[in-house]
Amino acid sequence: MKNNKIWAIMRKEFARFFGDKRLVFTSILLPGLLIYFLYSFMGSAMGDMFGNEDGYVPVCYAVNVPANAEAMLEAALGTDIQTIDAAETESYKQQITASEADLLMVFPEGAEALFNGTAVPAEDAPMIALYFNSANTESLAVYQTAAAVLDGYESSVTNLFDINMGDESYDLATEEEAAGQIFAMMMPMLLMMFMFSGCMAVAPESIAGEKERGTIATLLITPIRRSHLALGKIFSLGVIAVLSGVSSTVGTVLALPKLMNFEDSGLNMDASFYGITDYLMLGCVIVSTVLLLVALISCISAFAKSVKEAGTALTPVMLINMLIGVTAMLGSAPTNPVMYCIPLYNSAQCMSAIFSFAADPVNIAVTCGVNLAVMGVMVFLLTRMFDSEKVMFSV
Amino acid sequence: MPRELITVNDLTKEFVLSTKQRKLNNTSEKVKIAANKLNFSVYEGEVFGLLGPNGAGKTTTLRMLSTLIKPTSGEAFVDGASIVREPDRVRSRIGFLTSELKLEQFFTPDYLFDFFADLHGVPADVAKARKAEMFSRFGINEFAGVKVANLSTGMKQKASLVISLVHDPDVVIFDEPTNGLDIITAKTVTDFLLDLKAEKKTVMISTHIFSLVEKLCDRVGIIIDGKMAVCDSLDAVCGGISLEDRFFELYNDAKEAAK
Ligand SMILES: Nc1ncnc2c1ncn2[C@@H]1O[C@H](COP(=O)(O)OP(=O)(O)OP(=O)(O)O)[C@@H](O)[C@H]1O
Ligand SMILES: [Mg+2]
Repeated sequence: MKNNKIWAIMRKEFARFFGDKRLVFTSILLPGLLIYFLYSFMGSAMGDMFGNEDGYVPVCYAVNVPANAEAMLEAALGTDIQTIDAAETESYKQQITASEADLLMVFPEGAEALFNGTAVPAEDAPMIALYFNSANTESLAVYQTAAAVLDGYESSVTNLFDINMGDESYDLATEEEAAGQIFAMMMPMLLMMFMFSGCMAVAPESIAGEKERGTIATLLITPIRRSHLALGKIFSLGVIAVLSGVSSTVGTVLALPKLMNFEDSGLNMDASFYGITDYLMLGCVIVSTVLLLVALISCISAFAKSVKEAGTALTPVMLINMLIGVTAMLGSAPTNPVMYCIPLYNSAQCMSAIFSFAADPVNIAVTCGVNLAVMGVMVFLLTRMFDSEKVMFSV
Repeated sequence: MPRELITVNDLTKEFVLSTKQRKLNNTSEKVKIAANKLNFSVYEGEVFGLLGPNGAGKTTTLRMLSTLIKPTSGEAFVDGASIVREPDRVRSRIGFLTSELKLEQFFTPDYLFDFFADLHGVPADVAKARKAEMFSRFGINEFAGVKVANLSTGMKQKASLVISLVHDPDVVIFDEPTNGLDIITAKTVTDFLLDLKAEKKTVMISTHIFSLVEKLCDRVGIIIDGKMAVCDSLDAVCGGISLEDRFFELYNDAKEAAK
């Protein structure tokens, strides 16, 4: 079409964006890199905090420890338990407070009977005291392990019944489903946030910024149709926002196994078990959502006098978008297609469904349709705003 | 009788002033009538000058004619197209220059020329020839590849001027075209406007510089406080005295009348 200037506007927006290396770096490459390193770091930091760090040998003391209990605990804790005298407990407690020792176990007199099966259940059960320091993560971890071992032993002595004591695997979820559950919980919220911030990186600058700098007026005196200007802007900004979102997503998917500490467990978390259809559906949802978000942010930016003002005006929208993302973390996606007529909410729920392998193509289609329709309304509004001197030349 | 290319009928623009604007302008009136029932015509092949002091309403009038803002009441036609009902047709017929229209800092004059030529639907080969001609005429070649951000005020003005004419319009509307230019560049611009006139183009300029009107204009409209005080050929307006003396007569009359 000779009079179609959408592509001309898009080319200019792309030339503006991709011609600026710094802009490309900060809004496309940087988010992905930052997210990857941040999540990887968070994952390993959390691993250090909660997992027993390799190579750390806890310092444990015990009073009156029976031989078979000692063997059991030493195996579980991976350290030698040093036996001490009951009279010395106070000084070892101080060592624990000072983080010089990790655990002190005080068994009652005659504890042997408890561990060789000759004890009879008594009304007044004897107590084992475990002293630890919760401010010291190693001490806390050692305490938890020891308590679990002893607790487990206690239940096994009474032995009314056992749960899952055989050798087979009782968790019947497949590896995919288990990982899918994690993705379904984390990704929709993160994606909603990434898409929004991708749009925020470019749309206010391109709409409110052009207004602020007086360059939009230069476009407005050309015979270009306002709808072409609006569509050209929204499509090009949408492409850039999708790229930014993809970068953040790749960073997340690569870092998620580290974040969730699944590398050690051997669970396959590289998202390779999602099929082409899953990715296609995800792509449709993401593209339609980004177009809707870009159009929405552009409309609000058009009202603002400056990029800064646009940022302020968009903060509540960002919070709402985040809350909608959080809804996808709670419960499973609704099945009623009517629920998928609510823009943004539908996107979050669709993504949740896709990640947990429960996507319904009808709902995906409804979502994309609704998002594009709302985008159409926004484009119409933006077209009207480009034509309004009150909006374009507000002082 | 030459063809009327711009016809202005009772053109009026009122600005509703915000509380802040009222304080700034030190006025209690809620509306500012920037253009008050203006009537005039501009004919094919002439240079028409809109002369007036600061705040008279010159820029406002030109902004309405170029469809950047809409009149509160009244109508105007550019080459037969209504500025109210057919703004698209008006836009494709005029070249408009005013300080409010900025070029994007990031791009070069070379890129922007091509971009605006594209928006105006100028065929690529025509645009290329026109660019070569206009760039050499205004000495833009030496900075054609420099980003607008790094250009001097005068260079930016030249680039804006050339870009406003990418589509070789029949009607050229320039608001204070020599503002901020040194005498050499200003002469390039005035010579260019005379060339346009020789090419039978219609030129309308606004200015507060009397010498510019005397040098360029066939007809002149003197606008004071949003009202057209007089509009006629330069000789008829002056009536034997200098334009400057005539202007002060009209100005004092207008002040008297306002009392
Ligand atoms: N957007 C606006 N809102 C309120 N008042 C305005 C607006 N634009 C212009 N005005 C007022 O209208 C009047 C005419 O302004 P205009 O810019 O047309 O004057 P001008 O003749 O171009 O003056 P100058 O020679 O200083 O450029 C001024 O009093 C100005 O304050
Ligand atoms: Mg002015």
